[in-house]
Amino acid sequence: MSFTQQWQQQNWQELQLQSRNFSLIDVQAALNKPQPGIPDLQALLSPAALPLLPALAAKAQQLTRQRFGHTVQFYAPLYLSNLCANECTYCGFSLSQKVKRRTLNHGEIAQECRAIKALGIDQVLIVTGEHERKVGIDYFCDVLPLVRSYFSSVQLEVQPLSSAEYNKLKALGVDAVMLYQETYHAAAYQQYHLKGKKSDIHWRLDAPDRVGQAGIDKIGLGILLGLSDWRTDTILLAQHLRYLQQHYWQCRFSLSVPRIRPCSGGGTVANPISDKELIQLICAFRLFAPELEISLSTRESATFRQHVVPLAVTSVSAGSKTQPGGYSVEPENLEQFSIDDNRSPQQVAKALIQQGLQPVWKDWDSFLGR
Amino acid sequence: MLTIADQSFHSRLLLGSGKFSAPQLMQQAVKASGSQLMTLAIKRLELNKPLDDLLTPLRTMKIQLLPNTSGAKTAKEAIFAAELAREALQTNWLKLEIHPDPRYLMPDPIETLAAAEQLVKLGFVVLPYCSADPVLCKRLEQAGCAAVMPLGAAIGSNQGLQTRAMLEIIIEQATVPVIIDAGLGAPSHAAAAMELGAAAVLVNTAIATSQDPVAMAGAFAQAVSAGHIAYKAGLAATQGYAAASSPLTDFLAAL
Repeated sequence: MSFTQQWQQQNWQELQLQSRNFSLIDVQAALNKPQPGIPDLQALLSPAALPLLPALAAKAQQLTRQRFGHTVQFYAPLYLSNLCANECTYCGFSLSQKVKRRTLNHGEIAQECRAIKALGIDQVLIVTGEHERKVGIDYFCDVLPLVRSYFSSVQLEVQPLSSAEYNKLKALGVDAVMLYQETYHAAAYQQYHLKGKKSDIHWRLDAPDRVGQAGIDKIGLGILLGLSDWRTDTILLAQHLRYLQQHYWQCRFSLSVPRIRPCSGGGTVANPISDKELIQLICAFRLFAPELEISLSTRESATFRQHVVPLAVTSVSAGSKTQPGGYSVEPENLEQFSIDDNRSPQQVAKALIQQGLQPVWKDWDSFLGR
Repeated sequence: MLTIADQSFHSRLLLGSGKFSAPQLMQQAVKASGSQLMTLAIKRLELNKPLDDLLTPLRTMKIQLLPNTSGAKTAKEAIFAAELAREALQTNWLKLEIHPDPRYLMPDPIETLAAAEQLVKLGFVVLPYCSADPVLCKRLEQAGCAAVMPLGAAIGSNQGLQTRAMLEIIIEQATVPVIIDAGLGAPSHAAAAMELGAAAVLVNTAIATSQDPVAMAGAFAQAVSAGHIAYKAGLAATQGYAAASSPLTDFLAAL
């Protein structure tokens, strides 16, 4: 059964209501399980678990240290283009947004890469808007070898591609592909994604399978917190992860749980998640998947990151610029969303060292996964 | 003395370097452990940097570096990593690790054997991390590996000697040192491995993630040493009934 078939059998409302049914005793039992499954995760994510947050955090931290040691990976996003053919109600890059559009050329990309390297960063995440025609596979194939020549690890966060295209990217040495579903709620997905290829939920939902089939080393999953009920979205994401782990057993997986930030598009957040609940989500997921890489970006404040990273996070971005050319070529507005942690990578690293964590700037190499 | 290939070591405790909170703490733990062999991931090395966070502190210590191929999913990748390490670190010693399953980090026996065969031909001193499979260990030995490193339990799991029955067979049959790698979570696990007759053990998580890594490194050193002495002294056989310390039939000798 494909994941889409599995997902279609789920009843969102039922799942959402289930989270009210858990008691403190259920949560305690889940906390004590050596290998919590989906029902245990539901209990750990439920409102009943909030009083046990300190115990949940302690266990999450212990599992994180056991698996990853006292280390935190550093990366930075590299925005190459903000062209986009989609209309997403929450995004500053949307088609209808009156922002200056730009796609970096070779010279500009090299300049940005040098600026990121100068920050001490060796692992990058390439980000673009979704514009099949102008920023599609041909553009990626053209610029990847250049970016690759600067960094030990190159990850990609772009539109979902076809199997043939992922095969090409694998051959060019892409180490990871991020494919955030945004929300697993079908009706809400349609409300937020009005135009463009992104409005096709199936194309996006099946994309991690295509990445797995291409044999790319790592797949990043995520939901955009604020769009739908976060507990239900998290459960469906967990089901997706388990499905993918069973089918693509050689793939690594990472999790991102960004909260909607104010962008030039504006708008209010329909289903906000509090700081406390976000910590609950991250820690509960750590118990469910001790091997999972969890990343926390500069969307979150310095204070929040300082408290949460030592609990269960394994990778952080730092010094991020969220507009094409933002590091050096054109360091002014156009950003996709405003960032909240404006510290430099060295400042973030120093703060983590004081907390007993060792920054890891490089953890991959050009001979791996090719 | 532990002899691997052409080198001898007083210490039978090998350390991993990947999980410490700070390089200084790692150095202190190495000292406290008395370890003379330390493994480090090639993928983490920043070879173009004059000062590497991991390598620089290790180079100042008198210790045999054992670069490992962690991250490699295939024989081809592992061989590439090995060549890189040999050139950069000026050592032909290699801990061969190929674990394509990122969830439980189980070693791939097929790729590991293929890589070991080639690496030995290329002149490496190969110490392969492998499943606790007696036949695989013999095959690795035949391929020319300088030691075999079967797992006690999954990496970082702290579960101890889950594979004990297989390890006993491996140790009994081996003509190269058997180093128990992975899963040892407490000094008592390390002592038990040495009592079985292991030549050495490798520990990382249990030391690096302890509240006091330096004290824990010392505790492991003592346990390894005690276990080894006990093995050489010969452990008494276990039995299902009590045995009097002064046998009742002594008088028969006088008759």
